[in-house]
Amino acid sequence: MTIAEIQEEIVGEFSIFDDWMDKYEHIIESGKELDSISDDLKTSANLVKGCQSQVWLHAEMEGDNLIFQACSDAIITKGLVSLVVRTLSGHTPREILDAELSFVDEIGLKEHLSPTRSNGLVSMIKKIKLYALAFQTKLNG
Amino acid sequence: MIDIKTVRKDFPILSREVYGKTLVYFDNAASSQKPSKVIDAISHYYEHEHSNIHRGVHHLSADATEKYEEARKTIQRFINAEHSHEVIFTKGTTDSINLVAYSFGVKFINEGDEVIVSTLDHHSNIVPWQMICETRGAKLKVIPINNEGELLLDDYRNLLSDKTKIVAVGHVSNALGTINPVKEIIAEAKKMSIPVLLDGAQAIPHLAVDVQELDCDFYAFSAHKIFGPTGVGVLYGKENLLNTIPPYQGGGDMIDTVTFEKTTYNELPHKFEAGTPNIAGVIGLKAAIEYVNQVGINNIAIAEHQLIEYATEQISAIDGVRLIGTAKEKASVLSFLVNDIHPYDIGTILDRLGVAVRTGHHCAEPLMNRLNIPGTVRASFAFYNTKEEVDVFVNALKKVVSMLS
Repeated sequence: MTIAEIQEEIVGEFSIFDDWMDKYEHIIESGKELDSISDDLKTSANLVKGCQSQVWLHAEMEGDNLIFQACSDAIITKGLVSLVVRTLSGHTPREILDAELSFVDEIGLKEHLSPTRSNGLVSMIKKIKLYALAFQTKLNG
Repeated sequence: MIDIKTVRKDFPILSREVYGKTLVYFDNAASSQKPSKVIDAISHYYEHEHSNIHRGVHHLSADATEKYEEARKTIQRFINAEHSHEVIFTKGTTDSINLVAYSFGVKFINEGDEVIVSTLDHHSNIVPWQMICETRGAKLKVIPINNEGELLLDDYRNLLSDKTKIVAVGHVSNALGTINPVKEIIAEAKKMSIPVLLDGAQAIPHLAVDVQELDCDFYAFSAHKIFGPTGVGVLYGKENLLNTIPPYQGGGDMIDTVTFEKTTYNELPHKFEAGTPNIAGVIGLKAAIEYVNQVGINNIAIAEHQLIEYATEQISAIDGVRLIGTAKEKASVLSFLVNDIHPYDIGTILDRLGVAVRTGHHCAEPLMNRLNIPGTVRASFAFYNTKEEVDVFVNALKKVVSMLS
């Protein structure tokens, strides 16, 4: 599936919830399904510092695709992180660089992408883009 | 006695909704809300009285100057300072502490000297001292706490020495609400003629403060925590010390005469008020203090004490709740954790339920490290909060816990 298709799928999943509480329950469940990053990857180099919740992000190339593993100490952040990983992991650096993450807004959780939330999510997305840029530059080189 | 229905009407924001629910505002330690009197005073100033102060020959300027200097006297009386020129207007508590750290530091702190702060302190009363210590080759010493969040006075006494140049501690802890035994702290320092600065940011909205009775040398607070506007604060300092230490910033208003060879400085309080000050802010602060006087600071203290007792009792009954900071003397703040749920998660869901609390390290990272926790959820009260709001908060918290456990 393309990144756009995955985002559509996520938006579809969330569209059945009218109640914000059900949405959050679903986010939390998504977080639980996220394969937890192994402890040896929870290094300071992989730590994305948010002011409040912390996010760990590990990236590596598998063939042509960039694979992300991530985790957070807060479960709502972890849920949101899992949705970002599901959307962007397993695509080429080019595709990741070109991707626009519209689903967060579309499922009505835009406030989580506000820098003032300091949940580490914005920094994590920035770091993902930087990884993609670094690997893309390497490929070009 | 406070008539809660009447005072709540004084604060327009308290009737607004968030996510379709009536706002329960329990983030007063971060910033309190503003009564109409403050909002109106600022509007009135800009609509009818605004002009630059202290240097105009015209009517408006003289008027604005008078209002500004009246505010200084209102604050002088509020904290019972001996002279109105001991009240310096700043940008806020942080600015006040930075002023003292710099000006006192360059005058009195030298290599090998020591500055005492405490484990409970806000970053604003740690970092400015760290910076000046680094510049001057001095050392920061820290008063430890017990597990309840109370300062250990015996250890404090042992820290005091002839190397100690100043003691700077919070009056009330922003993260835990502990009311520190500042009178004892000051008395001990005075025995060795060591000056004391109190960070009063969290005390001023909750307790009667009398700087002469306390005998502190400096007292810092912000307007926005005592129902006034943001961007303005106060530094109280004893006259002789303020006269001894050099200016903090150079510019307009703080000068006597300027030539390229030599500038001489203005008298107190202007020596420490370089540039056009936050005139509207100061006028708003005056209105805020007048409002507090009208309600009565002792009435405020009583109402808030009842509220925190009730909230503590209610929240303690929830399974898994761990109170962080259980000092005997506390003001306004209820900090807690629930099981191993991350504070951020609790705060996020509480917000959706219309309850505004703060989560995280509360700008007191060394304290969180000492307590070995990443942060807390902090509910902080003002006198305009109600028992009914505590009930809404407690029910919301129960919902949150069942959702996140």
